[in-house]
Amino acid sequence: MENKTILLGHGSGGRLSHELIRELFYKYFSNAVLAGQSDSALLQIDARNIAFTTDSYVVDPIFFNGGNIGKLAVCGTVNDLAVSGAVPKYISAGFIIEEGLAFDDLKSIVASMADEAQKAGVIIVTGDTKVVNKGQCDKVFINTSGIGLLDEKHQHISSGNTIKPGDKILINGSIADHGMTIMAARNFENFNTDIHSDCAPLNHMIHAVLNAGCSVKFMRDATRGGIATVLCELAEHNNLGIEINESAVLIKENVRGICELLGFDPFYVANEGKVLMVVDCRDADKALQIMKQNDLGKEASIIGTVVNESRGKAILKTTIGGKRIMDMLAGEQLPRIC
Amino acid sequence: MKYIDEFRNAELVKILTEKIRAEAKKEINLMEVCGGHTWAIQKFGIPSLMPKEVRLISGPGCPVCVTGRRYIDQAIAYSRLNDTIITTFGDLIRVPGSTSSLNLEKSKGADIRIVYSILDALKIARVNPSKKVIFLGIGFEATASSSAAGVFNAKKENLTNFFLFSSHKIMPPAMSALIDEGIKINGYLAPGHVSAITGSHIYDEFPVKYKVGCVISGFEPVDILQSIYMLQQQVNDEQYRVEIQYNRVVNHEGNLKAKELIAQVFTLRDDWWRGLGVLKGSGLGLSEAYADYDAEKMITVAVEKTLEEKGCICGEILKGLKKPDECRLFAKACTPSNPVGSCMVSHEGACAAYYNFGRH
Repeated sequence: MENKTILLGHGSGGRLSHELIRELFYKYFSNAVLAGQSDSALLQIDARNIAFTTDSYVVDPIFFNGGNIGKLAVCGTVNDLAVSGAVPKYISAGFIIEEGLAFDDLKSIVASMADEAQKAGVIIVTGDTKVVNKGQCDKVFINTSGIGLLDEKHQHISSGNTIKPGDKILINGSIADHGMTIMAARNFENFNTDIHSDCAPLNHMIHAVLNAGCSVKFMRDATRGGIATVLCELAEHNNLGIEINESAVLIKENVRGICELLGFDPFYVANEGKVLMVVDCRDADKALQIMKQNDLGKEASIIGTVVNESRGKAILKTTIGGKRIMDMLAGEQLPRIC
Repeated sequence: MKYIDEFRNAELVKILTEKIRAEAKKEINLMEVCGGHTWAIQKFGIPSLMPKEVRLISGPGCPVCVTGRRYIDQAIAYSRLNDTIITTFGDLIRVPGSTSSLNLEKSKGADIRIVYSILDALKIARVNPSKKVIFLGIGFEATASSSAAGVFNAKKENLTNFFLFSSHKIMPPAMSALIDEGIKINGYLAPGHVSAITGSHIYDEFPVKYKVGCVISGFEPVDILQSIYMLQQQVNDEQYRVEIQYNRVVNHEGNLKAKELIAQVFTLRDDWWRGLGVLKGSGLGLSEAYADYDAEKMITVAVEKTLEEKGCICGEILKGLKKPDECRLFAKACTPSNPVGSCMVSHEGACAAYYNFGRH
């Protein structure tokens, strides 16, 4: 099937479908559960609490610096589980493919999904493929769902209901890398830039922090809407005051340059490999050191504090010493006029 | 980052803030007439650094905000035509028209594309020869110069399916109109990018005729604070003049090539400004020589009756008579997600900037 394209027949359920499943998906995702070839994945789970999540990926372009839609689909779901405090275990993968997609492109996507799954220590246990007419979707859309095991003692993390003033806010590195990579790829075909997406599975780094016994009160991966949106939601939902120190937030020079050029506020730009963590102040330094030991957290820093004042609001202390509130965006960020 | 970090230096900001405090001998009203300034002032929290004597007022400097509803309605009407592609700067697509918006039309299937430059619109025209490609040209001298270059190039390469729908305007008539209306302004924080094109001479009449200071300012906090300080000195010494703070970009003569291009492609006409009404010789329409590229002349379309929004005080806000939070719709019926007036749409708009950054 090399050098070929995906045809409507690949989604027909007939011989072509079987060939695609056998030669591509089984080959790359190979594991015992999948090998059972049953209609459902049969799983034995030894836990009282599980975390279950789903997400769809429609990124354009499907290949970008630092990843592709497949890598994103696995990392995104792994991260959604990990930031809930769960240990990601099983992933499903549903593909909606536009007829005419190059087989080699699909192969690269599937191969990187397999790679990321292996890195994250999850297995892809069930899946589905549909092929739609040209124009009915954009090259390929992927949905992944995931199941993770959740320890009783981490159940509070997703709600953040144990956060109190004095707690510290940490992030594992620079912001806005993913969003600006995509923006640059979309808008400037001939734009030479070395920025790349931060897309990565964060579960090992996160569990190193949790397993060291650090008192983690809340975690969220700062994807669409960027860190401003997460902080804003957290402040509003839990009626907390949050103060962020702008100068402690790392933005790579080249990313900042593109943001300035295009009129984007990096605090609202998507990340795909960044976790915001609220940690008890006594454990903040310890958590920071553990993050720094991981490749994905080398540039981790403490960027803010939960405070008693300005409840319900996330406040940014600007680099010049002014203060402003960070609010949620109305819709997408729109390019400025001049 | 070079040219950014130096101008966001906290130490310099502190020194300048102290100088401004020391110079604050009487109450003065300073108006910025550039959306970029409005946005930067709120983003960096500059009002929180000002002594009470220094009042910063936002004027009609946001291109989206001063654009009339009739223009939006006409753009919407164009977008409903068959075989037509609308190309626009992003801010414009959420501006409410009388009964719709470009965003809404896009969701219904209109081909509306956000571009960063008129050159992208030309590219779209080249690869879609069977479609009419209309570029929505709004903004002042800075964006007008790029529109002029776009139209000039379209003519040069004989592109017959490209059209400009111009709502371009020039700034000085609005600055005069505000003072003529009796609005108390001691100094203008004059626009940086407009002045990079025009040079500083376009403001020469203000110190002489109106006894109003003019300082052409950059967009970073240190720029803005230094400009405020310069204006304070002019007002305190009663020595009004045009000064250039943003001298790394602006000179007295401006960009001669761009000015020549604007003069060649456009012709001055009376134009309607939201909040200010019709101002004589304040708009830029395409000149006779470029009429073939003028959407208004070449593409006829029926435009619905313009309905003005009720209760919105954008007009008074654009004149600096009222602050956004004095509007009863502000942050209630009118928010960035659901803007009633255009000042709430572009983040350069006074209401949006105030909503996003100014509330505490």
